[in-house]
Amino acid sequence: MYRIIENRSSALALVTGLGLVLGLVVSPRALAQNGEPTAETGEQKPLVEIKANPFPSTYRPLASEPTLITNVHILDGVGGNLLNGAVLMADGKIVAVGEDIEAPAGTKIIDGGGRWVTAGIIDTHSHLGVYSSPQVRAHADGNEVSSPNTAEVWAEHAILPQDPGFARASAGGITVMQILPGSANLFGGRGVTVKNVPSRTMQDMKFPGAPPGLKMACGENPKRVYGARKQAPSSRMGNMAGYRKAWAAAVEYKRDWDDYRADHAAGKDPKVPKRDLQMDTLVGVLNGEILVHNHCYRADEMVNMIDLSKEFGYHVASFHHAVEAYKIADYLAANDICASMWADWWGFKAEAYDGIRENIPFVHDAGACAIVHSDSAIGIQRLHQEAAKALADARKAGLQISIADAWRWLSYNPAKALGIADQTGSLEPGKNADLVVWSGNPFSVYTQAEQVYVDGALIFDLNDKTHQPVSDFRLGQPGEGDVK
Amino acid sequence: MSRSMTFAISLLAAGLISSSVLAENVAIVGGKVVTGGPEGTIENGTVLIVDGKISAVGAGLPAPEGYRLIDAGGRYVTTGLMVPYSSLGVQEINLEKSTVDHIVNSPSPFFKPASKVPFSAAFDISYAINPKATAIPVTRIEGITRAVVAPAGTDKIFAGQAAIIDLAGNFDFLTKSRAAMLVEYGISGKDKAGGSRGTAMVYLIKALEEAQAAAQPPKRSRKKGAGAASGKGMLLHPMDLAALLPVIKGEVPMVVIASRAADLMSLVGLKERFADLDLVILGGAEAWMVADALAAAEIPVILDPTANLPSSFEALGSTLENAARLQAAGVMIAIANGGSPGHNSRLITQAAGIAVAHGLDWDAAFAAITINPARIFGVDGQLGSLEAGKLADVVIWDGDPLELMSSPDMVFINGQETPLVSRQTKLRDRYMDLKNMTGPLAYKK
Repeated sequence: MYRIIENRSSALALVTGLGLVLGLVVSPRALAQNGEPTAETGEQKPLVEIKANPFPSTYRPLASEPTLITNVHILDGVGGNLLNGAVLMADGKIVAVGEDIEAPAGTKIIDGGGRWVTAGIIDTHSHLGVYSSPQVRAHADGNEVSSPNTAEVWAEHAILPQDPGFARASAGGITVMQILPGSANLFGGRGVTVKNVPSRTMQDMKFPGAPPGLKMACGENPKRVYGARKQAPSSRMGNMAGYRKAWAAAVEYKRDWDDYRADHAAGKDPKVPKRDLQMDTLVGVLNGEILVHNHCYRADEMVNMIDLSKEFGYHVASFHHAVEAYKIADYLAANDICASMWADWWGFKAEAYDGIRENIPFVHDAGACAIVHSDSAIGIQRLHQEAAKALADARKAGLQISIADAWRWLSYNPAKALGIADQTGSLEPGKNADLVVWSGNPFSVYTQAEQVYVDGALIFDLNDKTHQPVSDFRLGQPGEGDVK
Repeated sequence: MSRSMTFAISLLAAGLISSSVLAENVAIVGGKVVTGGPEGTIENGTVLIVDGKISAVGAGLPAPEGYRLIDAGGRYVTTGLMVPYSSLGVQEINLEKSTVDHIVNSPSPFFKPASKVPFSAAFDISYAINPKATAIPVTRIEGITRAVVAPAGTDKIFAGQAAIIDLAGNFDFLTKSRAAMLVEYGISGKDKAGGSRGTAMVYLIKALEEAQAAAQPPKRSRKKGAGAASGKGMLLHPMDLAALLPVIKGEVPMVVIASRAADLMSLVGLKERFADLDLVILGGAEAWMVADALAAAEIPVILDPTANLPSSFEALGSTLENAARLQAAGVMIAIANGGSPGHNSRLITQAAGIAVAHGLDWDAAFAAITINPARIFGVDGQLGSLEAGKLADVVIWDGDPLELMSSPDMVFINGQETPLVSRQTKLRDRYMDLKNMTGPLAYKK
């Protein structure tokens, strides 16, 4: 899969055969290979390319030291359950997970005292920063509702890093999250995956190399929002037509650019296609560089969306909310599509009427990729509790799932849906040292996250005020620095 | 077998209606019985149920002959939980106006009625409650047996009158109608009073003064006494005035939605001005900042302990320790789900557990979802604890009731066992075995 190349000067970011993003640059390859005029066409203009990554990550891991945490109960996020183990991390990576680990000289050793350690929790669906607290009108930046297709907008351009919710999510063990636009539109725009570290800028949080997301939405929201304005879509039929029109246009746009590059490579001097930011996003999906995150509640609609994705040749990374995923869990498994779900939200709209508490475990049991997500600044603080409730309901219904497998819903599976499972989502050697030390069993309501590490750096410590981030907003306000 | 066929009719107070019951006698033995009363928690405890009421609670009491015997086997046995604020039975689907019955006179952009009613405080939610609403069994099977059903807003600061119901799903669901008067203050209240707390509080004081005047016996020197109270120049519609009479006398609690510490102090002042008022705070995000004043004024707080974000400029002091700090200061607290009081009131056990994780002791957290709501709404003589003489709302749990992975094994309401079945469990059972589906699931019921 294509990865955005980070931390290079933009002109060197080689972009081959794709249309990602803003800003046109001249590819050095083009200059090298095609800079000379050819005999047939006379002077060939340099190849015009689309800059792949105009808002590059400037993330740097916070300071860390080699650390060994011993005497802990470990859930590694990929089904491993070590009753009395240890985790060694160094240079921001997991070095070893096991029962007896030798610590090299100079390693800081923490006796976990029987506490639990898990892979850090990853939320595929957050609006932190784009709907910041306090929820005043000026902070409502998460949905560009002015048109049913706003694939050209990017959530990252609206993120307020000073949202106090980020620190609260840290206290709940969240190490990584995807921040998405809202669901008013058929195409709501691009989402961005960030590391949950206190930052001045969005770029300082941006997960290096993580593919962007594209938020799409089924069902009631688009038809309600635009139907009320007497414009399309005003029905689920209109929704579907809206997606198909856009994808059909994207296929053409992609062909124009592919033809342009091919002709240029053949030594011709073709006309540069007109740039369209909306189409750039959709073509990014068709090229597999942008992952589709599709808000969709009803079983029948999810199956329609699967057919749609096959019609135009893209893949849905995850359905979101997916309140009826349990009805079509077999389709999800067969098509390798994740479902990002709540444990027990239901009934607030007609398409959420059939919610059941066993949705997550039923999707898991079908062999599909089940994810616990939040869509909430409160919910993101305890996704582990949502997993616990879902697990308990499964067991009460007679479905036995282990706690170690259930932790996949919180770390590995969301990492997979976000295209970063090769880097994080589990406690395996070589992966990012994103982990949480819990005061006890994280499936208990009485347990709290005591320490949260991102890339081996201590981001939050329940028992050490020097490791409790306080956003700018909180300074001088009632309760500044208080236990939250 | 002796089976009582009496209809228990209780007339403890005006407006109080007890469910009719036709119940067997039950002996639950061997339980870890959380009485919620003076006896505390009893190991190897027995709970006896006769005629829909609790007849005895104690350690090691034998099951009398002829009783249905249930061995709790060491499991938790508690009273049924009571939600202190909900919209159970008055909204089937939030966004579908045709199913929503607790919002009147267009306080929300989603609901635009064709016409408005001239009154607000007189709005009586009890007529709007559907005991067959889907959310009721969904909530009941999680161990919640009673709920305060509250109106959610009008175009005035008076939101209307709440009711208390049982969740058995029968048509005699009313435990108490007109059980509280809801009032909006703070940001939502000020907007309904022209845009300022300065008008909202003046409006509220004037309304209460009119009620006070109307409640006083007529003096000879006045022309028409109470009759004059609803005449010209009055703020209140005569129906609203009538609804506020029991409120100003303190017979019905006035539940005021407020969060900002300064607003809560204004309400403490309001209670000084109207001494009989039974004032309750709903929300109270910053209540911990004025906990001592609330304790001294004996104002309880109904709160959501998970509300820890500065969600608005009136909730900047929000903290997960709100519940524990209020309890420590001597403020009576009750726990509600502020985010989803309709479909997910069932999550009050989780909220109570989270409060425990942040400093509240377990017994206090459990009281906040049982006896404290009963006290706040004046039904603690009948409900809220396992004590002889009270209505037999009893739950047997498979673990600690506040734990995430616990749930009820049996739920009794008024002494009758209720089925642990909801529309959700039926959907679950239909789709549970998807892998072995052989034909349309529509034939699977």
